[in-house]
Amino acid sequence: MSADQIVFWVFAPISIGSALAMLLQRNAVHAALFLVVNFFTIAVFYLVLDAPFLFAVQIIVYAGAIMVLFLFVIMLLGVDRDEVLTERIPWQRPAAILMGIGVFAELLVAIRAGVGFATKGPEAFAETANRGGNTEALARALFRNYFLPFEATSVLLIVAAIAAMVLAHRQRRAITRAEQESSPEALVESGVGP
Amino acid sequence: MKTPIAYFLVVSAALFTIGTVGVMVRKNALVIFMSIELQLNGVNLALVAFSRLHGNLTGQVLTFFSMVVAAAEVVVGLAIIVYVYRRRRTANVDDLSVLKW
Repeated sequence: MSADQIVFWVFAPISIGSALAMLLQRNAVHAALFLVVNFFTIAVFYLVLDAPFLFAVQIIVYAGAIMVLFLFVIMLLGVDRDEVLTERIPWQRPAAILMGIGVFAELLVAIRAGVGFATKGPEAFAETANRGGNTEALARALFRNYFLPFEATSVLLIVAAIAAMVLAHRQRRAITRAEQESSPEALVESGVGP
Repeated sequence: MKTPIAYFLVVSAALFTIGTVGVMVRKNALVIFMSIELQLNGVNLALVAFSRLHGNLTGQVLTFFSMVVAAAEVVVGLAIIVYVYRRRRTANVDDLSVLKW
């Protein structure tokens, strides 16, 4: 058994297990932490698949920035309430699981038909596609062949940042003396007070 | 590289499926959002595996772009969830059944 096989068989069960744990976990914070574990295992898969740059980006962007944002919002909205488990449509859960099994079976058939379960990648990836290092090769591809989409993503990021600021901005209105005296708790509750 | 590429694709298919079921089953808007992130990661893993299979970097470049779009999507999506929570005091999607309030 070679090194990449050992890494795969160690991390694949962790990856799927943490994803399932995220699905079954009722507490949102625990679900987020399981998702972080899952992101780390995917980063390890990137390393095995000869993509060290994406390995670093996965850890920095996903396990770092995005999950911190998630945890921040979970804390902001309050973590003490567990999810309500009553269903509005009684057969929704079994139907969802059944459709999930269907999707997975379909994907397996597609993988078998399209790639085949025994096909291995070429041995000489480091010398051909990753020539001169993965980051350098990726930079060449990004800044030559995909320069316009790269610039478009910068516009997208600016638009997203402005959109988030506009959405999260809270309109502050002046608090009248009468309101303050009548019910200070209600002001705090409605988000106007201190 | 001794592991067949299809094994990574099976893992990515499993992650995508778990994410899909999560979107359909869960009620908390934040957890639904996390399930969407799981789906995105499953697809990203498949793209990197295809990149390795075909011996070029196109899949990795596409994964890079997908990560950028996912970051933008998370920022806007979480801002919307916070906005809705301020208005309705709930993050349960079953309670958000009206288009206007």
